[in-house]
Amino acid sequence: MVRSSAFASRLLAATGVLLLAACSSAPAPAGSSEAGSTFVVATAGEPDTLNPVLNFGVDGASLIFDGLVTRDVKNTLVPALAVELPVVSADGRTVTAKLRDGVTFHDGSPLTAADVVFTYRAVLDPKVDSTLRSDLEMLTSVTAPDPATVVFTLRYAYAPFLQRLTLGVVPAQLLSGQDINKAAFNRKPIGTGPYRVESWTTGDRLVLAANDTYWGGKPANRKLIVAFVADDNVRAQRMRAGEFDAAELPPKLAAAFDTAAGYTVQRVPTADYRGVMLPLGHPVTGDLAVRKALAVGVDRSAMVTGVLAGAGEPAYGPIPPTSEYADPSPAGKPSADTATATALLDAAGWAPGADGIRARAGQQAAFTLMYPAGDSLRKELALAVTADARKIGIKVSPEGLTWDAIDTRITKDALLMGFGTPYDPDFVSYKLFGSQFAGQGYFNPGSYRSPVADKALQDGRDQADPAKRRAAYATFQQQLAADAPWVFLTYLQHTYVVKDGITGVSPRVEAHEHDVANSLWWNINTWTRQ
Amino acid sequence: MTQAPPARRRRGIAGAGAVIRRRLLVAVPVLIATSIGMFLLGAASPIDPAKQYAGAAAFTATSENLAQIRANWGVDDPLPVQYARWVGNLLRGDLGWSTSRHEPVTAVLGSRAGWTLLLVGAALAVVLVTSLVLGTLAAYRRGGLFDRGLRAAAYAVEAMPVFWLGLAAIALFALTLGWLPAGGLTGITSTTTSVADVARHLILPVGVLAVSQAPWFLLFVRDSVAESLRDDHVLAARARGLPGRTVLFGHALRTALLPFLTLIGTHLPELVGGAVLVETVFSLPGLGAVSVQAALGSDFPLLAAITLVTTAVVLSANLLTDLAYAAADPRVRLDG
Repeated sequence: MVRSSAFASRLLAATGVLLLAACSSAPAPAGSSEAGSTFVVATAGEPDTLNPVLNFGVDGASLIFDGLVTRDVKNTLVPALAVELPVVSADGRTVTAKLRDGVTFHDGSPLTAADVVFTYRAVLDPKVDSTLRSDLEMLTSVTAPDPATVVFTLRYAYAPFLQRLTLGVVPAQLLSGQDINKAAFNRKPIGTGPYRVESWTTGDRLVLAANDTYWGGKPANRKLIVAFVADDNVRAQRMRAGEFDAAELPPKLAAAFDTAAGYTVQRVPTADYRGVMLPLGHPVTGDLAVRKALAVGVDRSAMVTGVLAGAGEPAYGPIPPTSEYADPSPAGKPSADTATATALLDAAGWAPGADGIRARAGQQAAFTLMYPAGDSLRKELALAVTADARKIGIKVSPEGLTWDAIDTRITKDALLMGFGTPYDPDFVSYKLFGSQFAGQGYFNPGSYRSPVADKALQDGRDQADPAKRRAAYATFQQQLAADAPWVFLTYLQHTYVVKDGITGVSPRVEAHEHDVANSLWWNINTWTRQ
Repeated sequence: MTQAPPARRRRGIAGAGAVIRRRLLVAVPVLIATSIGMFLLGAASPIDPAKQYAGAAAFTATSENLAQIRANWGVDDPLPVQYARWVGNLLRGDLGWSTSRHEPVTAVLGSRAGWTLLLVGAALAVVLVTSLVLGTLAAYRRGGLFDRGLRAAAYAVEAMPVFWLGLAAIALFALTLGWLPAGGLTGITSTTTSVADVARHLILPVGVLAVSQAPWFLLFVRDSVAESLRDDHVLAARARGLPGRTVLFGHALRTALLPFLTLIGTHLPELVGGAVLVETVFSLPGLGAVSVQAALGSDFPLLAAITLVTTAVVLSANLLTDLAYAAADPRVRLDG
C-alpha cells in the first residue's frame, strides 16, 4: 500500500535497511502496535476446504476450530471444548464427554452437544466425502443425552480413541440439511477457535481475525495472514524480502538463513519418517539376510548430513524416539556397518560375482527401488540407498515414477515410503504392518506377516493400561527390527524460518502433514513481538 | 464484434460480418471436439481423483471409503454418461463442480481467469509496443551498435527459462534494490485490492513475461523491416524525398506488419504457457496453478472449462488477427 510519492520520499530519507521495510508493504512501521498485532506466515500447501468434517486440521491446531480435546506443547491430550478429558467406560466401549460452559461460535451462537453429535455423524455419513471415516470406523453411534453431554459408543474397545476427539466441531445449525460437500461453509467456516475467517483468496492468502470471545482467552495478536506460496525458492526469497514473520522452508533453503541476521531457523522434530518398504514376495528382498544386510549397511548419518542438511535423525522403526511408546533397542549404528552387512550376506550364500554384484543359485542380488518422481528428497534418499547397497554387493535400480505407476507395482517392487504420526503408534502401524492388510494398496504393500507383530499391534489397540500398551509396542518394534520388512532411514525435521523478536514460538513434535494447521504456528494466538 | 461499423468497412475490412459469422459456425464444432478430446484424454489417465483428493489420507483411508467418495462424485460412471451430464449442465449454464478445488467451476474461473488475462494482456501490449519500436529502430541502422547489442540481448534472453528470469528479477529488484514487491497480488497485509497496489505488484511479473516473450517478436520485426526497407515501394518513397521517419514507420513498418500479426496469433499459446510459470514464480492466483491441479486430479469439469476458455480465446485472437490483417492491408479481402 505504499504509494509512489510516499515511496519516493522514503527512498530519499531512509537508509538501506529501512528501505527494505518500506517495500515489504507493511501498513505501518515495524514496532508500532498496529504492525505488531498482525502475523504473516507462509506455507507451501493450501487446504482445499476449511471444514474439519472434510479433513481440515483434524489433529487439533486448526486455529479456526476446536475439538473436544487438544494437544499441548508435548502433544499430551488436554481438554478443549470438553471441560475435562472424556471418560472411558470399564469395557472401553463407551466414551462420555462433558462440554465446557459458555463456549460460543464465531457468530455468537452457543456450542451444545448437538453440534458435536452433528459433526461426528456428518463424518460417518456415506454421502459426505470425508476421508476421516476410515479413522472412525470403530464408532457406531454418537448421542447427546443432554445439551452438555456427548456419548460415543464404539464397536470395540479402542485405546487411542480420545486421540480422535481432536476433530474440530462445526455448528449444526449452519450445516444441517445442506449438502456438506458443497456448502459455502467450507470456504467461510464458523468455528469456536481463536481465529475466525475474514477472507480467503484461493491461491493467494487466508486472512484470519482474532476471536475476542475465545474461551481460551483473547488472542495476543489481532490478525493472522497465511500466504500460500507453493514454490520453495519463491517462498525463501519473499521471506528474505521481509514479507513473512515465519515460513516453512525445505532444510537446505532454511539453512541459508542460519547466517542471515534477523532470522532464527527452527528445526522441529517429527514423526515423519522415510524408509524403504521391501516386498516379501520378491526373490531378493524376500530373503531375510538381504533385508538385514541393507538395514545395517545403509549410512543413515550420511543421509542426515548430506540429503537433509542436518535437519533429521536416523530412523530404525515407525515409532519416533520422541514417543512415550518408543523402544530404544532396535536402534543401531547411525553409520554404515559394512562388515556386518557383508558377513550376513556371505553366511546366507550370496557370493560376490565378477562384477561385484552378489548372486545365489543364479539369482542376482538386485531389485528395483521406486520413488515418487516429483519428490526430490525421496529421490536423493533412494540414490543414497543405491550407493550404500552397491558397497555391500547389492544392485539397486532406482526408478522415479508417478504415484499411479507406483500403485500398479507397489506389491512387487521396493518403494521409498514416507509417513508417520507422533500421536499414537496404532494410527499408522496397525494397517501398515498387520497381516490382515497384506497386499492391500498402501496399507501393507510388502505383505509382511508376523503373528507376533499382529498380536502386539492388537494388544496395543485393545488395552487401555499405558504400561501394557508400552510392553505391546516394545514387542512390536523388536519383532519388526528382527524381520526388517522395511529399512527405516531417517526422521525428518520440519524446518521453519522465523523473524527475530517474536516470543511464544513453541515447537512440538509434528506429524507427516503440516500446512495451515499443525505447523510451527499451532499456538500463534499466543505469539507476541518484543 | 458481430457488426463492424460502416466507417471501418469503407476503410477496407470488406465482409467482416460474414467472416465473423462463418468463424462462429466453425468455432462451435471445434469447441465440441475439444471438449470430447479433453474427456477422452482424461479417461486415459490412470489417476484416481479420490486418492488425489485424499492426499496423505490415502494412506489411512480404506478402499471402501474412497470408493464411496468416487460414487458420490460419479467419476466411475462410463465416459459418455459423464460427458452427457457435463453437457447437460453446461446448457443450463452450470459449468459443474470442481473436484480438485471443491467449489463451483464458475467460481474458480471467476476468481482466477481475470488475473491471468490481465497478466497476459498487459505483457502482450508491452511486447508489441517495445518490439515494434526497438525492432524498427534496429532495422533502420542495420549492423550498427544498437542493432548488434539488441540482437545479442535478444538471443541471450531467448536462452533463459522464464522461471529463471523471474527468480533473477526478484533477486535484483525486490531483494537487492528493494524497489518492488517479490510476489503476491497485493501487499501481504493489505485488506483491500486497490488498483495502485495491484499495479505495483504486477510490474515485475508483466515485465518478466514480456521480456521472456519479446525476443521472437523483436527479431522478427527487425528482420522484416530491414527486408522491406529494400522493397520497391519503400525505395520509391525514399526517392520521392519523404522524410526518413515517414518512410520507416509509414511504409517499411506497415509492410512488415502483416506477417507480424500472424506471428502474434500463432504465439499466443506460448504466451499463455509462459504466464503459467510467471504466476508460479510471483505467487499470483491465476489459472496456472489451478490448471495443473485440475490435470493432476482428473478434475474433468474444471479441465473442460479451462480448455474451452483457452480455445475460445485462441479462436477469437485468430479472428482478430485476420481482421487486423485486413485493416493493415487494403489488398486483403476477407470474403474473397
